[in-house]
Amino acid sequence: MKLRGDGLACVRGGRQVFEDIGFAVSSGEVLQLRGPNGAGKSSLLRLVAGLVRRTAGSLDLEAGEEDVPIAEQTHYVGHLDALKPALTVGENLRFWADMLGRSGDAASVDEALEAVGIGPLADFPAAVLSAGQRRRLSLARLLAAARPVWLLDEPTTALDTDGQARLFRLVETHLAGGGLALIATHVDLPLPVATLAMGGATR
Amino acid sequence: MIELANPTYFMALSQRVLPWLWAATAVVIAVGLFMAFRAPADYQQGLTVLIMYIHVPAAWLAMMCYSIIAISALGTLVWRHPLADVSAKAAAPIGAAFTFLALVTGSLWGKPMWGTWWVWDARLTSVLILFLMYLGLIALWRAFDDPARAARPVAILALVGFVNIPIIKFSVDWWNTLHQPASVFRLDGPTIDASMLTPLLVMGVGYTLLFLALHVAAMRNEVMRRRVRALRVKAAGILAPAE
Amino acid sequence: MSAVVSLFRRETRLALRVGGGAMMGAVFFLIVVAIMPFAVGPDLNLLQRIGPAILWVGALLATLIGLDRLFQADHEDGSLDLLTMMEMPLAVVVAVKAVAHWVTTGLPLVVVAPLLGLMLNVDPDALLAVSLTLLVGTPALTFVGTIGAALTVALRRGGLLVPVLVLPLAVPILIFGVGATNAAITGPVPMSTPLTVLAGFTLLSLVLAPVAAAASLRLALE
Repeated sequence: MKLRGDGLACVRGGRQVFEDIGFAVSSGEVLQLRGPNGAGKSSLLRLVAGLVRRTAGSLDLEAGEEDVPIAEQTHYVGHLDALKPALTVGENLRFWADMLGRSGDAASVDEALEAVGIGPLADFPAAVLSAGQRRRLSLARLLAAARPVWLLDEPTTALDTDGQARLFRLVETHLAGGGLALIATHVDLPLPVATLAMGGATR
Repeated sequence: MIELANPTYFMALSQRVLPWLWAATAVVIAVGLFMAFRAPADYQQGLTVLIMYIHVPAAWLAMMCYSIIAISALGTLVWRHPLADVSAKAAAPIGAAFTFLALVTGSLWGKPMWGTWWVWDARLTSVLILFLMYLGLIALWRAFDDPARAARPVAILALVGFVNIPIIKFSVDWWNTLHQPASVFRLDGPTIDASMLTPLLVMGVGYTLLFLALHVAAMRNEVMRRRVRALRVKAAGILAPAE
Repeated sequence: MSAVVSLFRRETRLALRVGGGAMMGAVFFLIVVAIMPFAVGPDLNLLQRIGPAILWVGALLATLIGLDRLFQADHEDGSLDLLTMMEMPLAVVVAVKAVAHWVTTGLPLVVVAPLLGLMLNVDPDALLAVSLTLLVGTPALTFVGTIGAALTVALRRGGLLVPVLVLPLAVPILIFGVGATNAAITGPVPMSTPLTVLAGFTLLSLVLAPVAAAASLRLALE
């Protein structure tokens, strides 16, 4: 599977956020997006996720599912947690598993919660979660949705060392299973990555 | 008062007092109903006047309950009593229930006389507005995720409402005199004979005891609810420590 | 569990657990009906004549106010992003959310309406007819309202904007709703005529509104 972008451009709020961006990511690879704030890292991720329209260029997913839009083969974890305080942790995740799950081998809700380290909180109302625990719940969604392309925007925010270690393990497992990931982050990832420098940033 | 400010003390004391309150309530209401059945039937309304013994004390309690909420509101805003907002929150649904009872029994009592289920006379309309004010308090509480945060805004609403009650009563009376219907039926009859008054007062006392019992029980529930909430927050931090 | 059922369950759970639950719409309905006599006077004959109108306007306002939160909450916490990335088309998402909103807001109005009709001295025999017209017509109000909610989702000052946008669209529903109720009470037109037209509006809105709302939502996400 290979995700390829060619000459991509994006306009938001009347501003040309980026233009002529190209990249290629294959199964088992990570593309790290680096650059200053405002360079368009989030916008590029949202563009791949189908949330933002591209004004130029092409986006192609080779060997993906036929007749399925690229957006539906990705999962996007952004700054917001898509979490309803009035539901329990388990109810929140089960909902997204039902709505987003595509492949049959998605992790069960309990397994996903265990993997991110909040297993015991399954029956707690999501309102009592701390910021770090909310971020872990967002990451658990990645396992429940089980989509081949991961789009992560600053995933290490609010995570402590244990949380970050779990995140990197999740990504490694995902890559080993044939998935690929685009990650926008300032943190140095302990994985072999290709880098896309945006906004005139140097490596 | 100072001792009651400690929730633990309140819980211990209320646990001992509550069974006696329930017992006293049952006894007094039973006596009141017995006396009501023995009282003479009204010449004009017949036996339906029995509903009066349910309706009139309910209306009294509806007013008294709002006064309790207003006092609790002062407790929250002025004296910062820790249990004041628990008292107000517990009292609101009870007051709404008494008001609803007064409205329904008022309607049932009046139907044979009026021929319809409802008339917009001054008394019933005022009680209806009081009912809406109770619902407003309950709605404002439920709008907040954290009940402790709701305490001050609801207290302000309760006090504003309390100050407004005489204004509303005056306005509704004036509105009603503008549209005076041909015949006016007063719900408590032309005069209240002494033989009717005593059972009425007994029922009033019984209702008051009922309110106290319900209020104390509801306050206990609210205190326990808040404890559960606090424990949950602590537990989440212990079970799955993060950042 | 099927995605449609899962979404419906989440929407109803949230509606019942958050804020005033299912009672807010019914309480607002009650308040609107209760204040009418202060404006028009307590003359029972007059109230009986305009009773169906008061009930319908009350139901309309109770449905529209609060509809602006239908999509805003999901937009604010990032759920809306994910809802567009699913196998389920966004129009179906809108439809399911609208049905859930009607069940938790519109249906209580239908249930409470006979009680309020009694207070307005509506003929007890006609109360069933009133409920029936509301049952048929309130879904149309909800669905048409979702268009306004979708258009204003990204705006901070949604509030009164939704009723302003939607009320003109709701006029036909109001006309035939009150028309059906009055036909049931007084005749001579049989109730079935305006009721059928009302049902037609409802079915039309069920199909068209989700499409329009979904298109509006995608615009807001950009």
